[in-house]
Amino acid sequence: MIQHLLDGILVGSILSLGAIGLTMAMHMLRFANFAHAELLSIGAYCALVFDGIFAAIYAPLGNAIGPLSLTWALSLAVIISMGVTGGSAILIDRLVFRRVRAKGGELSMVFASFGVAMIVRNLLGLIFGLQAQLYSKDIVFAVVLSRDPFILVKLDQVFSLVAALVIMLILHLILSRTPFGYALRAVAENPSLAQVSGINLNRMITLIWIIGGGLAAAAGIFYGLTNQINPVLGRDLLLPIFAATIVGGIGSIYGAVLGGFLVGIASNVALLILPSGYSPAVPFLIILAVLIARPTGLFGEERA
Amino acid sequence: MIGVISYLVFFATVAAILSIAVLGLNLQWGNTGLFNGGVVAFFGAGAYGTLILGGTAQSDHLGGYALPYLIALLGGMAIAGAMAWIVGVLTLRLRHDYLAIATFGVAVAFENLMRNAEGLAGGAKGLRGFERPLHAWLGDGFTYNLLFLAFVLGLLIATYLFLQTLIRSPFGRLLRAIREDETAAQSLGKSPSRVRLISFITGSVIMGLAGGLYGTFYAFISPQDVLPILTFQLWAMLIVGGAGNNRGAIAGAFLIWGAWTASGWALSRFAPPDVQLYTGSIQFILIGFVIVGMLMWRPQGLFPEKLVVSQSGRK
Repeated sequence: MIQHLLDGILVGSILSLGAIGLTMAMHMLRFANFAHAELLSIGAYCALVFDGIFAAIYAPLGNAIGPLSLTWALSLAVIISMGVTGGSAILIDRLVFRRVRAKGGELSMVFASFGVAMIVRNLLGLIFGLQAQLYSKDIVFAVVLSRDPFILVKLDQVFSLVAALVIMLILHLILSRTPFGYALRAVAENPSLAQVSGINLNRMITLIWIIGGGLAAAAGIFYGLTNQINPVLGRDLLLPIFAATIVGGIGSIYGAVLGGFLVGIASNVALLILPSGYSPAVPFLIILAVLIARPTGLFGEERA
Repeated sequence: MIGVISYLVFFATVAAILSIAVLGLNLQWGNTGLFNGGVVAFFGAGAYGTLILGGTAQSDHLGGYALPYLIALLGGMAIAGAMAWIVGVLTLRLRHDYLAIATFGVAVAFENLMRNAEGLAGGAKGLRGFERPLHAWLGDGFTYNLLFLAFVLGLLIATYLFLQTLIRSPFGRLLRAIREDETAAQSLGKSPSRVRLISFITGSVIMGLAGGLYGTFYAFISPQDVLPILTFQLWAMLIVGGAGNNRGAIAGAFLIWGAWTASGWALSRFAPPDVQLYTGSIQFILIGFVIVGMLMWRPQGLFPEKLVVSQSGRK
C-alpha cells in the first residue's frame, strides 16, 4: 500500500509537469491538444542526444552525480532540451496550429493535433528506432527504505520528484510575483480585456508554448530516467495527463498540479485491486468518475 | 484473372464496411459538429458484440449464444449505442474538449479491456468460434464472398439513404441549426444537448453496424483490430471526402483505403528489408500528413458539403 502510494507520488509529479502545459494551452487556445504528450517524447529524445554530445566533448561530464545514475552531461542536457522542446512547440504552432486556427474552428484544431501527434511519434520512431533506450546503461539498484512493510525506492525517482517540485515552485513564483505572471493570468481570465490593457496576445501564446514545452521536456526526461525512453512514451502518458487536467479542471494550473498527483496515486493504488494489465484503462475510469461527480474538476470554472 | 477479381471483391468489401463507419462519423462530425476521438471503440463494440452473441459455445470465454445472425448484428449495434449513451450523457453538456477526451479514453479502455479480460472476449488471442451466416449452405469460396459483398453494399446503400432522409428531415435541419448557431436554436425552444445525444448515439450505432460486418467478414476479431490507427484512417477518409457530404464520405473511404493498401503493398514490395520494420511508421506519418495537409489547405474536403444556410449564417 505505502509502496504504491510512493510510486504514485513519483509518477504523479511527472504527470503534473505534463498537465500544466496542457491545461494552459487548452485554456488559452480552447482546444484539446492531443499532440502535447509528444512534447514529452521530443524532450526525452532531445536530452538523449545532448547527453551523448556533452559526454563526448568532455568525458568527465559523463560521470554520475553521487549515487544517482544521472550524469552531469544529462543535467546540462535537461536544460538545453527544455529550450529545444519549447522551440519545437512554437514551431508546431507556427507551421500547423496557427494556420488551422485561421482557417477553421476549434474542432479542426483537435483533428490537426491528432495528425501532428501521429507525425511526431512516428518520425521519432524512424529516427531513433522503435526499441527502448536508456540514459544510463549502469544497473541502478533501488534503496530499501524499510523492510516491514517492504518499501523500495530508486534515488533517481527521488531526484525527479524533488526537481519537479522545484520547477513547479519556480513557475508558481513567476505566475504570482512577476508582471509576466499577471499578464498571463489576465489573458486566461479575459483575453479581450487583457488586450485592451496592452497585453500582446500572440506573445502570450508563444510564451505559453515555451513554458508548456519546457515543462513537458522535463517530464519526459524524468520519465525516461525512471523508466525507459521509447517512441510511444508520449502516447502512453497522454490519457493520464488528460485525466490530470480534467481532475484539476481545464484551465487551472494549480488544479493540474494536484490532478497529476491524484491521477498518479490513484493509478498506482488501483493496482492493489486490479491486475497490472488494466493500468492503462485506469485514467479513463478517473475521468468518468470526475465527469459524474464534478464535471468542472476541482478548480475548474463552468464555461461552455 | 480470377485472382484479381477476387482481390477486388475483398478490397471492395472492406472499403464498403469502412464507408459505413465513415457515414456514422459524418453524422456526428459533419452534420452535428461532434468530435469522436474513439471511433474504434464503437466499431469494436459492434464487432465483439456480434461475434459473442452469434458465435458457437466457447469454453474459455463468454459467447456461444448462437443467436440468429441478424439478431446478433442488431445486438452488436445496441452495445455500441449503449456505450455511446454513457459517454454522451456525461460529456455532451460540457465544452467540446470533454467529448474529445472521453471518447479517446473509451477507445484506450476498450482495447485494454479486450486485451486483458480473457474470460470476456478471449483476451489478446482474440475471439473465435464464429460461423459466418449461411456458411454451411454457400461454402467458403468466391460465391460466398461475392454475396457477402452484395449484402454489405446493400447495407451501405440503406445507411446512405437513411442518413440522406434524416438530414433532409426537420431533425436534420435542427442538427445543422445547432451546429451553426447553438444559441439561436435554443431561443427557438430546442434542446441542443438532447439533439446532440441522439445524433451521437445514432452515429455510433452505425459504426457498430460496420464493426459487426467487419467481424462477420473475418469471422474473427482481436485487440489488434481495434487499435487507434483505425480511428485515424476513418477520420482521414471523412476529411478527404468532405465532412458533411455523405457521398463524399463514401468516396473518401474508397480513396483512402485504396491509398493505404497500395502504400502498404508498395512498401512491402520495394522497400529494402531493413526498412520493412518501419512500414507501419511510414504509413502512419503519411496518414498524419493527409489529415494535417487537408485541414491546412482544403478543410472542406475534395467533395465539399453543399451548404444550405441563410444569408446571415454565412461567415
